Amino acid sequence: MGNFDLAEELVQEALLEAIQHWPKTGIPDRPGAWLFTTARRKGIDQARRDARYRAKLGLLEGAAVSLDMAEGDDRLRLIFTCCHPALSREAQLALTLRAVAGLTTAEIARAFITSEATIAQRIVRAKRKIVDAGIPYRIPQAADMAERLQEVLAVLYLTFNEGYLATGGDLATRRDLAEDAAWLAGLLVRLMPSEAEVLGLLALMRLHLARNDARFDSAGQLVLLQEQDRRKWDRDRIASAAALLERAAALRRPGPYQLQAAIAASHAEAPSWEETDWNEVVALYDALLALTPSPVVRLNRAIAQWHLGGARVALSEVEATAPELDGYYLFHATRAELLRDLGRGPEAREALERALRLTQNPAERALLQRRLAV
Amino acid sequence: MKYMLMFTATAGGQRQWDSMPEEQRSAEYARINQWFERAGARVVGGYELQPEQTATTVRFDGGKPVVTDGPFLEAKETIAGYAIVDVEDLDEALGLAKAWPTGGTVEVRPVIEREGAPAQG
Repeated sequence: MGNFDLAEELVQEALLEAIQHWPKTGIPDRPGAWLFTTARRKGIDQARRDARYRAKLGLLEGAAVSLDMAEGDDRLRLIFTCCHPALSREAQLALTLRAVAGLTTAEIARAFITSEATIAQRIVRAKRKIVDAGIPYRIPQAADMAERLQEVLAVLYLTFNEGYLATGGDLATRRDLAEDAAWLAGLLVRLMPSEAEVLGLLALMRLHLARNDARFDSAGQLVLLQEQDRRKWDRDRIASAAALLERAAALRRPGPYQLQAAIAASHAEAPSWEETDWNEVVALYDALLALTPSPVVRLNRAIAQWHLGGARVALSEVEATAPELDGYYLFHATRAELLRDLGRGPEAREALERALRLTQNPAERALLQRRLAV
Repeated sequence: MKYMLMFTATAGGQRQWDSMPEEQRSAEYARINQWFERAGARVVGGYELQPEQTATTVRFDGGKPVVTDGPFLEAKETIAGYAIVDVEDLDEALGLAKAWPTGGTVEVRPVIEREGAPAQG
């Protein structure tokens, strides 16, 4: 099958069929990938926080789901085509959410705080490019696989962050894209069970989601990792992520997602902020830097370094990233914390004010304002 | 499907090429020839172009053709050559583009094939 439109039509048909059958027959013994999608299309928004729904999903995830080979391949073809590098990033995101995760254009529009017409047009244009430019509807060949898989993982992680970090807009009305992305990553793990980075990405998402209930206080204010009530962390999710990471590690192909997940796991498994294994965290950041030398990773490493070598060392490491990160609010927010620790109050204040000017996210702004008020 | 691979050159790249010692330039040509050999029968047409100083533009100004010196776009990159390839799909065309030996950028675009259309390749 080489036709994306036809393939998508078939997917939609399968979905409709499954939607009609599930309520009558319940969860089948061997729930395939279609059923996951079906579950999602049946008003997941309301059901998402419903305990029974979660239990059902858990059941599905726990069961040794063996995907039909042909069905699995078809799913993979769809994912790789939606995430083809010849499509723009925003087209990849919209198309993946529409065609693979089964969201409606209205849901995608709400998630990205844009109009339904914009998303619809984006999807139509992307489909037209797939057809007109001859983007093949197939799983990439071995020579291209590593690069193409990176592209898919980047799309999923961006989707996750869009939901998890929610850069502005009214949070209450937004769709939880982080859960959608984790679902997609879970699907990819099923389809490509021996790709270490896919396992790593799912572990990373689960570790972040495990902390979700502790990230905001009762007034809806953002709570920093060090001040979070660790009893609110979802231990089952942390355990499932740790198991994924072990599976990934056994494959002996380390990568940036596995390392980021390992760092998140280090935090998740520490009984308290003070008891965090900072040596391990710094070592993991070093490994991550060796693979992806980015200034943001250097900034994060400096924060871990703070707890090992003190604020003075950390501050000089943070300031070394200034040329690249001067426009990044977390650079200034981190600098402010370190300056405060060193008793340089006025400079800390100034840095906080810089940070405040650089973020639009209401939760982050509120947090910075509280810091300023101290 | 047929695609046009458009090989672009920057002014700097062009100067570098012009000032290249003869042996180095023939080594570069050898790599380009290798690329064409590997592409084989998939290349159904194409040419290297003379540099942009040789370009002359005909612009229709209110329907009237006006001839001017220079390329049609004041761009940082100009087309230095092109190849028409006949391949299975975009991935195969991109595979050829990625193997292009001299660097720069390569734009890949499907051509429109119509029955009775003029000028193949």
